[in-house]
Amino acid sequence: MIEPYLRSFEAFSANGGAAAPAWTRSLRLAAITRFETLGFPTTHNEDWHFTSVAPIVESTFSPLTHESGSVTAAQLTPFAFAEADWRTLVFVNGRYNASLSGGGELPDGVRVLPLAQAYDELPILLEAYMGKVASFDAHTFTALNTAFINDGAVVHVQQDIELARPIHLFFVSDAASAKRTAQPRNLIVIDRHAKATIVESYVGIGDSAYLTNAVTEAVVGEGATLTHLKLQQESASAYHVGTLDVRQARGSHLYSFSFATGGALSRTNIYTELRGEGGGATLNGLYLGNGAQLIDHQTRIEHVEPNCYSRELYKGILDGAAHGVFNGKVFVHPAAQKTDGKQTNNTLLLSERAQIDTKPQLEIFADDVKCTHGATVGRLDETALFYMKSRGINARTARELLTYAFAADVLETIDLDEVRHGLEAATLRRYTERT
Amino acid sequence: MLEIRDLHASVAGNEILRGITLSVDAGTVHAVMGPNGSGKSTLAQVLAGHPAYEVTGGTVMYNGEDLLAMAPEVRAQAGIFLAFQYPVEIPGVSNAYFLRAAYNELRRARGEEEIDPLRFADLMDEKMKLVEMDNSMLTRSVNTGFSGGEKKRNEILQMAVLEPKLAILDETDSGLDIDALRIVANGVNTLKKPANATIVVTHYQRLLNYIVPDFVHVLAGGRIVRSGGKDLALELEARGYDWLLEEAVA
Repeated sequence: MIEPYLRSFEAFSANGGAAAPAWTRSLRLAAITRFETLGFPTTHNEDWHFTSVAPIVESTFSPLTHESGSVTAAQLTPFAFAEADWRTLVFVNGRYNASLSGGGELPDGVRVLPLAQAYDELPILLEAYMGKVASFDAHTFTALNTAFINDGAVVHVQQDIELARPIHLFFVSDAASAKRTAQPRNLIVIDRHAKATIVESYVGIGDSAYLTNAVTEAVVGEGATLTHLKLQQESASAYHVGTLDVRQARGSHLYSFSFATGGALSRTNIYTELRGEGGGATLNGLYLGNGAQLIDHQTRIEHVEPNCYSRELYKGILDGAAHGVFNGKVFVHPAAQKTDGKQTNNTLLLSERAQIDTKPQLEIFADDVKCTHGATVGRLDETALFYMKSRGINARTARELLTYAFAADVLETIDLDEVRHGLEAATLRRYTERT
Repeated sequence: MLEIRDLHASVAGNEILRGITLSVDAGTVHAVMGPNGSGKSTLAQVLAGHPAYEVTGGTVMYNGEDLLAMAPEVRAQAGIFLAFQYPVEIPGVSNAYFLRAAYNELRRARGEEEIDPLRFADLMDEKMKLVEMDNSMLTRSVNTGFSGGEKKRNEILQMAVLEPKLAILDETDSGLDIDALRIVANGVNTLKKPANATIVVTHYQRLLNYIVPDFVHVLAGGRIVRSGGKDLALELEARGYDWLLEEAVA
């Protein structure tokens, strides 16, 4: 049902969205028109073949445009990285919360602002990039998000600045979000030769059914490096669609990690376009599912120019009747000679009812490239289990350790110690009795 | 300590062991030799309880208990250790974590308290010296990306930490250069105690220059075709296995 969203758009245009600059109005109008044309995807749509969004379509979520909720700092602690004094922007049910936000000082030349403030202070940057990276031509949820652009985070790191500490964008939903949708819209711009790490967390407090539909656009300048860690720990009844769309200039590097463990149904899109020579992208991820969860990842790497690399390692552990989907696309354009691409998806199934649909895809239109892809689906390695047991480790502990190890193998690729340790500890707790 | 009587075992329906009888007393070193396919590695795996091998006949008593009725982890907790011919890589589990988990399981099985990480680190310092490994090996994932020699030394390190009563070395010498062989053998010899026993499974006599056996057994076609003292190994080195196989057939 798209009509409720169209009606909400009318109301939103008249109030909440009215204060935004004129260019956003035309962007939003184009987006809602596209949304109306596209409608919600069905499983006939190749991009949504394994994931039915019927639960989202059937229960209408009305937009949350006003401040709501009663989240306290203490409730955020389990999801925060307490030892780290990071600049943090907190959004409660989609709206910026100044009192929960704060943290470390930023060097000159680095701006981290909520969208409303960025409209005033960074108008040229916003007009130049917002809506220019994340295309909504073929993406219903991005069109819907764009139509309701209202709040989110804007990060700008100027030329040559290497940020020592990460920036944390923290999106939290509580009971007030029930039957509502929050649609954060973020923009990250890393200028040439600059370097930054952004942690984007989506967490649910309590168990309400809400829809997060987030879009983050990122522009990585010449020789710049962006590390983007997305941690999705929404409530068990929540729906989550989150898109990261990146555009990379010559010699730039992207490291993206997607950790997905929350939500009844979640879909994470990680897209990047290598638009200059000599750069590269590493897209890694870990999904942990249980119960009747559906956890879907779609990645797309566009090799537009020559001499770029891409590396992709997604691993998943599925228990209960959880359903995982991995659809990884690598497109090598005709000009992108000497492309070096490797893509891997490995899933561990812990129960008979758990399932994974995995579809690594290579589309190569250049003739001098080195690209491989592969996927494995399996159970715990019996040889490794025997090896551990032969050292006296009991069968249950051996299974638990091997399960943890399967995940730790990809968590090891996260450079940021606090996040790596946090996720390792959480994963170890999840799969072992003792810590 | 170990009494093997008329042991038969098969893998995937093929009988590999066809009636092995062998007695190992505390304080002794036994070498089990034989050509490829003779069943010597199968014997080692069966003693450790590998699930791929099915015991189809015979008995194995270990300190008066039915070894074959014990799960692999119970055998290890009772003091049996197999140094694998092909040590298994476990990406994601650090060597230190793995060793401490195993060490504490053995302590729990003996009704002792778990050791804390600091005291364990001291113990490791001592044991690492024995196999000439440096501390960086502890933070690396178990056997992952280790060279052949590092893997074998890691097996001996585990043995040094777990202090088994009965150590079974399955082709620990294969693929080792002379320095690694010396380190491995030195580790084994240092750990030897009057109350313990060692079974060395090997194809070549070379290792037996360093780990001197009290008894040598030659396996062929899943049976022991000849037993003797350490001189038998030298004879095999000089004459090969063929003469024994011919005698056995005749």
